[in-house]
Amino acid sequence: MSNNSAARPDQEGAKLSVRRLAVSRGGTRVLSVDSLDVPARQVAVVIGPNGSGKSTLLGVLQLLIKPDMGELLIDGEPMRDDALATRRRMASVFQEALLLNTTVQKNVVTALGIHKVPKKERGPRAARWLERFGVGHLGSRHAHDLSGGEAQRVSLARAFALEPEVLLLDEPFSALDAPTRAALIDDFAATVSETQVTTVLVTHDRDEALRLANQVVVLIGGRVHQMGSPGDVFGAPADEEVASFVGIENVWPATLVNSESGVARYRLSACSSCELEVATGVAPQRALFAIRPEEITVSAGGAEAQTSARNRLQAVVRQVRPAGAVVRLILEMDGDPPIGVVAAVTRPSLDDLDIDVGSAVTIAFKATAAHVIPHD
Amino acid sequence: MEFLWEGIKEAVNLWIHGDAEIIEITLRTLAISAVATLVALVIGVPAGAFLALKRFRGRSLIVATVNTGMGMPPVVVGLIVAVMLWRSGPLGGLNLIFTPTAMVIAQFIIAVPLVIGFSLASIQSVNPRLLDQIVALGANRVQMLWLMIREARLGLLAALMAGFGAVISEVGASMMVGGNIAGETRVLTTATVLETSRGNVEVALALGFMLLIMAYVVNLVVTSVQQQRRPT
Repeated sequence: MSNNSAARPDQEGAKLSVRRLAVSRGGTRVLSVDSLDVPARQVAVVIGPNGSGKSTLLGVLQLLIKPDMGELLIDGEPMRDDALATRRRMASVFQEALLLNTTVQKNVVTALGIHKVPKKERGPRAARWLERFGVGHLGSRHAHDLSGGEAQRVSLARAFALEPEVLLLDEPFSALDAPTRAALIDDFAATVSETQVTTVLVTHDRDEALRLANQVVVLIGGRVHQMGSPGDVFGAPADEEVASFVGIENVWPATLVNSESGVARYRLSACSSCELEVATGVAPQRALFAIRPEEITVSAGGAEAQTSARNRLQAVVRQVRPAGAVVRLILEMDGDPPIGVVAAVTRPSLDDLDIDVGSAVTIAFKATAAHVIPHD
Repeated sequence: MEFLWEGIKEAVNLWIHGDAEIIEITLRTLAISAVATLVALVIGVPAGAFLALKRFRGRSLIVATVNTGMGMPPVVVGLIVAVMLWRSGPLGGLNLIFTPTAMVIAQFIIAVPLVIGFSLASIQSVNPRLLDQIVALGANRVQMLWLMIREARLGLLAALMAGFGAVISEVGASMMVGGNIAGETRVLTTATVLETSRGNVEVALALGFMLLIMAYVVNLVVTSVQQQRRPT
């Protein structure tokens, strides 16, 4: 775990930079990134739905996919000038643990051999990293006899054993079952924060981004829609598509009524009598008013329902959809056209509410829970 | 049935008494086929790997040619090589016709499409994503090729067995380019044909069994390497 970057200041230049990148497949532009920087020693998580071009972006960084155009820089130097040397400064982990048909130990040792690690060092280093990922006892096992979780641990140990400057991971936890996945993400997070290796991780899983990212890059339809801290991206989505991807299902077009001392009042476009407040510093004239399902409280009955929240609206239950520990209520408010609302409540509170399809309810949420996205 | 029994007895007899001519023929057979197979492996495995890993114009044509070659009748190969090597032929000046070298050349031509075809298939059956992983690990071309060949090693042993099995058992080409000259180019298959035509069926059977035993032993060794139970 050599980490000779102690002398560097915390804020430093980009480790990886992408400029004016374009990738086409079969004549169709599948990826188009104008500018992307991954700061040294940070974890950038690229999220986006399936087919958004995230794996293509990673493939480009791994120098496995040749872009149509664009500049790729590592420490400010072109990556493709000496592709082999660049690849040896990086390590990759894929969704599938792609292990060689030999023992676990030899899988790591072979990789170290490719990186020209001195022979004497290879065995101990492999053992150390396998131990670190909890698979030290499997060294003499054949790689193809491992479970999915064990194999991915070996794959991660192999990547870290190379002590790379940059770690590139393509959905490394997606193929694992939930408990295996959670345990491995814990170990991975601890190792990344200890080694401070510059990391780019691609995933469709929002929770992984929240858990691991210093920087979140939202890629949708081959374009970067938003880049920023997890707080920025999940708290203040830049546009409707990001909002829908990060899990905000209630997004309503609205117009500004007034704004003072950090609270803006908006009128919903589909309902002239519906005015809602939002705590926001910037209040665009035309906007999307956004609120997460879990931020909405639902009470039975009409306007008399008690709540301290400033925003209150009347709605009717259209569907009750159980979804694990929570139940999603699909509601509808009067409007032209009618406005759909999704609220998430726990099972016990649904039992307390005693509501069913057709029931009238009051929904409420705090001004601080909502936010607005500029929208033309 | 009597014939068969006599043949087995005769074979055992020949082996036990170490009939000099039989041993010489056996060793020559082994040497010629081994050299032909080895050369076929040296050229065929990288060629198969290349065809498996590279995409280029005309690749399908080459693969189709290889596949056709896998089923090429040895006698046709023998005929073509013989015509080339005849004194009056284009390569007549090399004076190779009716020599063990000519037999090696003919057997190589029989074996090489089999080796290329099996190598191509076995390397192509390796998970293509593994190739990405190997490249991403920073492997250069030689390291990449070596690791992919290692991944496909079970299939490549099949290539070896197919190649060797084809050449050690063929008679047409050896007869045509070797001429079945006693003490020079006589091998087990050609000797078997000769003894049968002479009416020495017991000797022919003995030679036939020898061929079978030899092919079996070689395949047994290769198979035991291939099927080694990996440690669990």
